[in-house]
Amino acid sequence: MKIVFEQTKGLTDIPMRYCPGCGHGVVHRLVAECYEELGVQENTIGVAPVGCSVFADEYLNIDMIQGAHGRGPAIATGIKRNLPDKLAFSYQGDGDLASIGAAETLHAAARSENITIIFINNAIYGMTGGQMAPTTLLGMRSTTSPAGRTVAANGYPIRVCELLAALDGPVYLERTTVDKPAGVVKTRKAIKRAFQYQLEGRGFTLVEILSQCPTDWGMTPLQSLERVRNEMTPYFPLGIYKEPEDDKKARPKKDAVKKES
Amino acid sequence: MPKIDVDVTRCKGCELCIPACPHDVIGLSKTFSANGYYPATMVKSEACTGCKLCAFVCPDVAITVYK
Amino acid sequence: MSERILMKGNEALAEGAVRAGCRFFAGYPITPQNEIPEYMSWRLPETGGTFLQAESEVSAINMLFGAAAVGRRVMTSSSSPGISLKQEGISYCASAELPIFYANIVRGGPGLGNIAPSQGDYFQSTRGGGHGDYRVFVMAPKSVDEMANFPRICYDIAFKYRIPAMVLADGILGQMMEPVTFDFDPVEADSLSIPDWALRGSKPEERRVVKSFDLRPGKMEEWNYRLEKKYDEIKAEEVRYEAINTDGADLILTGYGTSARICETAMAQGRKEGLKIGYIRPITLWPFPTRIFRDLAGKIGKFLVVEMSLGQYVEDVQLSINGRSEIYLHKRPAGGIPTGEEVLEVAKKVLSGDKSKFYV
Repeated sequence: MKIVFEQTKGLTDIPMRYCPGCGHGVVHRLVAECYEELGVQENTIGVAPVGCSVFADEYLNIDMIQGAHGRGPAIATGIKRNLPDKLAFSYQGDGDLASIGAAETLHAAARSENITIIFINNAIYGMTGGQMAPTTLLGMRSTTSPAGRTVAANGYPIRVCELLAALDGPVYLERTTVDKPAGVVKTRKAIKRAFQYQLEGRGFTLVEILSQCPTDWGMTPLQSLERVRNEMTPYFPLGIYKEPEDDKKARPKKDAVKKES
Repeated sequence: MPKIDVDVTRCKGCELCIPACPHDVIGLSKTFSANGYYPATMVKSEACTGCKLCAFVCPDVAITVYK
Repeated sequence: MSERILMKGNEALAEGAVRAGCRFFAGYPITPQNEIPEYMSWRLPETGGTFLQAESEVSAINMLFGAAAVGRRVMTSSSSPGISLKQEGISYCASAELPIFYANIVRGGPGLGNIAPSQGDYFQSTRGGGHGDYRVFVMAPKSVDEMANFPRICYDIAFKYRIPAMVLADGILGQMMEPVTFDFDPVEADSLSIPDWALRGSKPEERRVVKSFDLRPGKMEEWNYRLEKKYDEIKAEEVRYEAINTDGADLILTGYGTSARICETAMAQGRKEGLKIGYIRPITLWPFPTRIFRDLAGKIGKFLVVEMSLGQYVEDVQLSINGRSEIYLHKRPAGGIPTGEEVLEVAKKVLSGDKSKFYV
């Protein structure tokens, strides 16, 4: 009998301290598997954000830097412009990327900065205890929208992939989930593709992963997966929002963006 | 026989692997781990096909799959 | 060494940084420092370096955070409100021990203030500036020549101690033209060794991490003590100042940067008139030249502080003298520029025993 699945060497041996059922662990693993599989682990530099994944440097077995809240794209820019042959990615949550760091995200995308952003969208501020995020759904309760998010008080959630797709800069934008094995496989493929485009020097790539936060959603892990499927994906449709023209032709039609129901 | 090995020092008993398994192989242990969780364990080991789906969704990289 | 050339202060500063090995600049427009990014935008590509106009000061300082982490000699510049925006990033650099170099070409404040020369950012510069317990190395040039040559000293200190280093100047020093001689050979940036802490992509067993925090109990306290040790070393080793005619003086004029020049003029005129006036100018504002003031305290009766702010620099003089001499202050905020005659008038009043207006 042989091992058909084991932990990638892209990760350290330190057990992750995320809450039970949190999506960060899966995405960390996928990121690590991708740089390992592409043979660039020793040539990768990752940027950890402020938020739950502030500890990413303990788990991702590569050179890492932890930066200020929202500034991942700027930090990755500073790294990549000086070490253009390295793989540089920024790992960010929704508050980090779409609220405090919205300008950095938008401008790195507009410059078509040759970096990759791994964007975890769980519609909540996790580390600080469940406050409303820029992607918190209408009606969704948080500690700062205790009666549920309303348009009148808080406006609308931001759809990051759609927003960035309006720019000429991004080369590849895809939204996925990790709520079931098929989604995990697709997310892995998306991250790998983004890294490959960067290694080819094509420009800005971002993978948005809809993820669950059982603790701050006040749900069991299994209930939180239901919310991802039933509430998040209708508002944040899965699929590819931008890709190089030549690859678009080669791609099977089923991966196209599903229209909002 | 294919099987999975759950690292009880990593598993937090989140149960995500349970519905991911197409053959209902996995359940939670009756005893808790040193970390205070009821970790995942094989409850119908004869049905395991080594398909790896449980390992794909595990957020804690706690599952090793043998085939 | 190089020939003597006529340069504008901001451009001399930029060229000085390039010659000192700067190969990455990120900045954002704000008056009166725009000549610096403008100069860098064509000059750095000539050297194989990178110029980036960032979307904000906040982004610019974080681009530096990334670029400094890979061991490059990096620079940003701004003016007062822009430096305020950069403070969070500077605090991160201080904690993560990243060497960066930046310049504040100070304008009038608070708020939007105006674009006139000012020294209103003394506290911000010398007390760390951002959040947390840290210091940055601060140099205050008084001439375009010093604008040209201080960046090299800043890089040397920044890399030796792994701290942020800055030049604190103002619109006068940035905008005026004077002859400049670069007093050092250009640094070959490519020949600089990559520091052993710099990120570069690693084998797992040799991997490097740059971070500004440690949440384990007691560890952040240790972290701060480690930084403090470094700051103590800098205080002991890296103080620079200029002291002229202090022996037997009845009055010491003191100021930094533009104010120092005005003090010099007043001293020269006063001495022509037979007044025993001396002069002290800190070249490093942090570390502050406490000792020279402490040594003269009690021996020289009167110190007249001149600053283009409302009593910021004077506090360091007071702390150094600690009540053992009389301290007077002539202050002009937000675009008020004292003249040599004006300062000499005040000096004469002080020497005559007038305590009505300037005694602090």
